[in-house]
Amino acid sequence: MLVYALTAGVLFGLFYSLVGLGLNLVFGVLRMVNLAHGQFVMLGGFAAYLAYVRLGWHPLVTMVVAAALFLGIGYLLYPLFAPRLAASTDPEMISLVFFFGVAEMIQALAVIGFGNNQRSIYAPVFGAAPVRLLGERFPAAWVVSGGVSLLALLAVYLYLYRSRLGYATRAVMASREEALVSGLSVGRISALAFGIGLALAAAGGVLSPFLLGGVNPGVGVGLTMTAFAVVVLGSLGNPLGTVLGGLIYGVSLMLMQSYLSEWTNLLPYLLLLVVLLVRPSGLLGRGVRHA
Amino acid sequence: MPRVWSGAAVLVVVLALCLVLPQLYANQFLFFDLMVYLALAQGVNILYGFTGYLPFGYVGFFGTGAYGMSLAVLKLHLPPVPAVLAGGVAAVVLGLVLAPLLRLSGAYFAIASLAASQAVYYVVANPSLTGVTRGPYGISLARVYHPSQSYLVMVGVLGLTLAAVLYLRRSRRGMVLQAIRDDPQSAAMAGVNVVRERVLAWLASALIAGLVGGVFAWQISVFYPATVFDLSTSIMAIVFTLFGGTGTLLGPVLGVTVLFGLYNVIGVSEPQYFQLIYGALIVLLVLFLPGGAASLLKRRGIDVL
Repeated sequence: MLVYALTAGVLFGLFYSLVGLGLNLVFGVLRMVNLAHGQFVMLGGFAAYLAYVRLGWHPLVTMVVAAALFLGIGYLLYPLFAPRLAASTDPEMISLVFFFGVAEMIQALAVIGFGNNQRSIYAPVFGAAPVRLLGERFPAAWVVSGGVSLLALLAVYLYLYRSRLGYATRAVMASREEALVSGLSVGRISALAFGIGLALAAAGGVLSPFLLGGVNPGVGVGLTMTAFAVVVLGSLGNPLGTVLGGLIYGVSLMLMQSYLSEWTNLLPYLLLLVVLLVRPSGLLGRGVRHA
Repeated sequence: MPRVWSGAAVLVVVLALCLVLPQLYANQFLFFDLMVYLALAQGVNILYGFTGYLPFGYVGFFGTGAYGMSLAVLKLHLPPVPAVLAGGVAAVVLGLVLAPLLRLSGAYFAIASLAASQAVYYVVANPSLTGVTRGPYGISLARVYHPSQSYLVMVGVLGLTLAAVLYLRRSRRGMVLQAIRDDPQSAAMAGVNVVRERVLAWLASALIAGLVGGVFAWQISVFYPATVFDLSTSIMAIVFTLFGGTGTLLGPVLGVTVLFGLYNVIGVSEPQYFQLIYGALIVLLVLFLPGGAASLLKRRGIDVL
């Protein structure tokens, strides 16, 4: 049972890392908490469902298409809101309220467009036979989702640490002002980062019906909170920390489900509160008031 | 007219309307809900308008008040009015437990308070605690059900809340809180006890939500954890406050009157359309009118209370 919980925890952890990474990237570059992140994940879930039921697309095909689409949407939307928010008196707080409004709109539109019902996808689309890992049997969809998440995480790593643009992105994360002074096109890099954040949300969303049992318009709030817990666990603004945070979260989730299943719902919230209160320094000191 | 008197006039007019309107239009539940949101919006206003902390999880205090009141009736056999006070006390105790959250800034606080309210909800609704809170099966207070008395008590709680905001609008303490909001370092330099003032505002706002939750439980008398810990309660209170204008007495009153009216026209049967409208309203407000509707009047030189 322990081996099963730990392995399943790693598979789920990779998925939660993917969901958290988009939120963290947007925060690191824009200094804004995208409170609508979970709602974008939810849209990815509906994309997977609709593409499978209406068009017969394999979820992995949907994933590539949805990620590309969201990348474009994010890149184009960025100039419409970000400069205005950045110019306000308290950008951090104002942008939080702004994304909160966006989240409400997306959720309302999802209810209007897709209805309030839980939608799930026929799971054996990834292969009917369970996969054996370390002597335990897991649904193929879990293993494929874990593997695909790992590939996506690797792709983001290569972008951030092995490409010119990624190098510039990290420069903006380190100091927006100095990046501006050095002549980097901070606006374009930020727009791209916002697009990538949404693309990661969509990619995670496409996998979500398989790991979470389905998708409905109400899952967004919980996913945003979980993503935030994962990000804070790792430390905000640090992409590699998010992977660690996701793995810790996934493993503790599975351990809770195996040994204390009635209290599983509490986990993301308790984890978030404990980390924020006990180790706010894990946030690189940014979460703490200095007065 | 001296400014204190104009404030008192607002208070008297609002309370008188709450007492008279149900006689003219017989829908007591509608006016009760209106008062619930008037009070909750002012509770959010005390915290966000005067200290800058945005409590997404404000409903946690509301639900705690409702459960505190119910358990005081069911376990301690208190009469309803002292039980409502017990609900307020329960919310203040939760506020004390969560006071360390005030160490967090801006977005962190907002999200942490949301997490805290969800944590309280999952504890209260947990099937393992059925013996204490009746878990997910809900509470029934049929024995003490008395809609007209609970309506009057709600008018009292609303009066208390409006008086508290009026006090903050017109007192040294309100100015101190706003100074802390705008620049905590300078306020501390000027000899303000920053931590104490913040915690007091936090507890006052928790007390209001707890009392409102207690009266709400009494009024509806049968409810489930999901009824009183519904996140959309916090969200609506916040949206009403932001729409009207924070840091004023009249702003939230205006916001609740306009938007709650709108909600009752379209929101009850088709909540998703109302959600879409207020989502869009928030986005537009933040981008084009961050001070809320009250700032339109201020811009024309009219002093809003």
